[in-house]
Amino acid sequence: MKKVIMGNHALSHGATLARVQVIAAYPITPQTQVVELLSEIVADQKLKAAFIKVESEHSAMAACIGASSAGARAFTATSSQGLALMHELLHWAAGARLPIVMAEVNRAMAPPWSIWSDQNDSLSQRDTGWMQFYCQSNQEVLDTVIQAYKICEKVLMPAMIVLDAFSLSHTYEAVDIPDQELVDRYLPPFSFKYKLDVNDPHTFGGLTKPDWYMEFRYKMHEALEQALPLIKEEGKRFGDMFGRAYDTLDPYRVDDADTVLVTSGTAASTARYTVDKLRRKGKKVGNLRVRVLRPFPFADIRRELANAKKIVVIDRNISFGYHGIFAQEVKSALYGHCSAPVFCFIAGLGGRDIFPETIEGILAECGRAKKPKQDIYWVEVKK
Amino acid sequence: MKPPLPVEEYMSPGHLACQGCGAGIAMRTTLKAFGKDTIFTFPACCWTVIDGPFPYSSLEVPLLHTAFETTAAAAAGVKAALDILGQEQIKVVGWAGDGGTFDIGIQALSGAAERNDDIFYFCYDNEAYMNTGIQRSGATPYGAWTTTTPVKHFKKEVKKSIDDIVAAHRVPYQATGSVAYPEDLFKKIVKAKGISGFKFLHILAPCPPGWKARPDDSVKLARLAVQTGVFPLYEVENGVYRQTIKTPSRKPVLEYIKLQGRFKHLTNEEINEVQARVDSYYQLLEKRFQD
Repeated sequence: MKKVIMGNHALSHGATLARVQVIAAYPITPQTQVVELLSEIVADQKLKAAFIKVESEHSAMAACIGASSAGARAFTATSSQGLALMHELLHWAAGARLPIVMAEVNRAMAPPWSIWSDQNDSLSQRDTGWMQFYCQSNQEVLDTVIQAYKICEKVLMPAMIVLDAFSLSHTYEAVDIPDQELVDRYLPPFSFKYKLDVNDPHTFGGLTKPDWYMEFRYKMHEALEQALPLIKEEGKRFGDMFGRAYDTLDPYRVDDADTVLVTSGTAASTARYTVDKLRRKGKKVGNLRVRVLRPFPFADIRRELANAKKIVVIDRNISFGYHGIFAQEVKSALYGHCSAPVFCFIAGLGGRDIFPETIEGILAECGRAKKPKQDIYWVEVKK
Repeated sequence: MKPPLPVEEYMSPGHLACQGCGAGIAMRTTLKAFGKDTIFTFPACCWTVIDGPFPYSSLEVPLLHTAFETTAAAAAGVKAALDILGQEQIKVVGWAGDGGTFDIGIQALSGAAERNDDIFYFCYDNEAYMNTGIQRSGATPYGAWTTTTPVKHFKKEVKKSIDDIVAAHRVPYQATGSVAYPEDLFKKIVKAKGISGFKFLHILAPCPPGWKARPDDSVKLARLAVQTGVFPLYEVENGVYRQTIKTPSRKPVLEYIKLQGRFKHLTNEEINEVQARVDSYYQLLEKRFQD
């Protein structure tokens, strides 16, 4: 059934279709509608779930950890400061190997206060062990929630579904809400072998000495390595069943492109509009959207960018004293594999719009240079 | 003769508690009251270590270690899952020290108490951060030495009344307990098991290294804490206070503190101050006792 819904409600529908069993959440703009709609769905008994209205995001994740450890499918949603408050427990959820799925609406970190989009919140959590899916449309948001549970429960690692504040979270789009029966066929109920069980009591997370701790970390890394082909496989399988396939990357007119714009989130749609416009003028440009940042698709990145003569990364984030984080990741994948220069542009922080003209300006800047004149370009910034 | 407590044990030898550890005795008694259909959550606390290092555990119940400030929230999550999964009969116990309860975990505790989550929250109170090496907490009493309240600057602030804070949430059941009165503690837990909603049990757990006391004095100290009025034993059921171990003639507090090196620097004047503070709080509490 097609419905015109906001990105936040796409998350609520995704969680409902995934038949989540425990939801623990705390309000924060611009995530709030995710859990508002879920409270209604639970109150109307359209979903058999417990909703714990916790007193902080920290407790939201703690409750999800408890619920998941006991064998329930757990869900939460947050943003920005809330995600930062959860930080300690993001490590905990991943270290405990719990397949929790969380919606994370990208919002800039304070101070100064901002409720608008950028990616520094989620990227600050890059190394916690959580898989990260950056979405471009409301449809993708809904579909990714369902796929994420499937992937997480196979490799026993958590995932966050990331979407831009307002330009996706509050934007209404036509979304196909799949039939529950079909989703049930795709996503079986959660059956947890390592749960808290009074008939088979175990201690989870106890003090571990140097002789074993490293093995726990190795297993986490191995799980994310196993997740990479699984993401591709499940994305394809989802396509076979629902007519919408997904992969780690989403290339657009990349094959014969001399210049490839690398983007994530909603900036991709603006990039594609610009690509089409420039293509009409005979310029060979393309767009590569990074959908999955963790686990990082090294091989896919190398393949898609193999023929590019220039790579231009637009980062809606900044690693202070370094450069954009997606640029850093792309460079690290290409080092020794590809000699094309990588240009790093910082744009759209704190919700500043990235217009087609912004992207044209970026491409014009690169067009004049054989290689980057500087390590980092700040776009349209008042200096 | 029927023994006062069940003979079944759910805590095995080989645990890592110090000699005379009150927290160990508290757990042993608590488990006898709960039995096997119980799941525990532990934050960072002495029991993180006592249970034993991976892959060992000294408890015969499932146990989820969780972050320092999350005992109540994690327990609430476990309980919510069990309810949805049709395992409502399983009891969920958050088991935290005083630092994890009075200080860093108070927000999650308050949240769960306010929501009246159907869990048990136990605080085994040894009156300082003992696991990290005896630093003062909000539960450290007036006059005590700790490694962060050295003798020249001993703890000047009064012990926070966590019981009054929990009571302000109007939870259905709360009680204090003592390792010197296992039958009293056992009865309280059995009663609490029949009550739905949030249950809070606060157990004084003497710590020989932290209190600078003899290990074989632990139970004696716990008993003296009750007999002097330092730690009265009572329960609050739907707002009704009942003293479960009566102390009509309280012993002088000196008898309790003289066995502990953490108070040995106190002058007679300061000891009188300790006595005055204990009297004042006891009298306040006594007015609430309806039985």
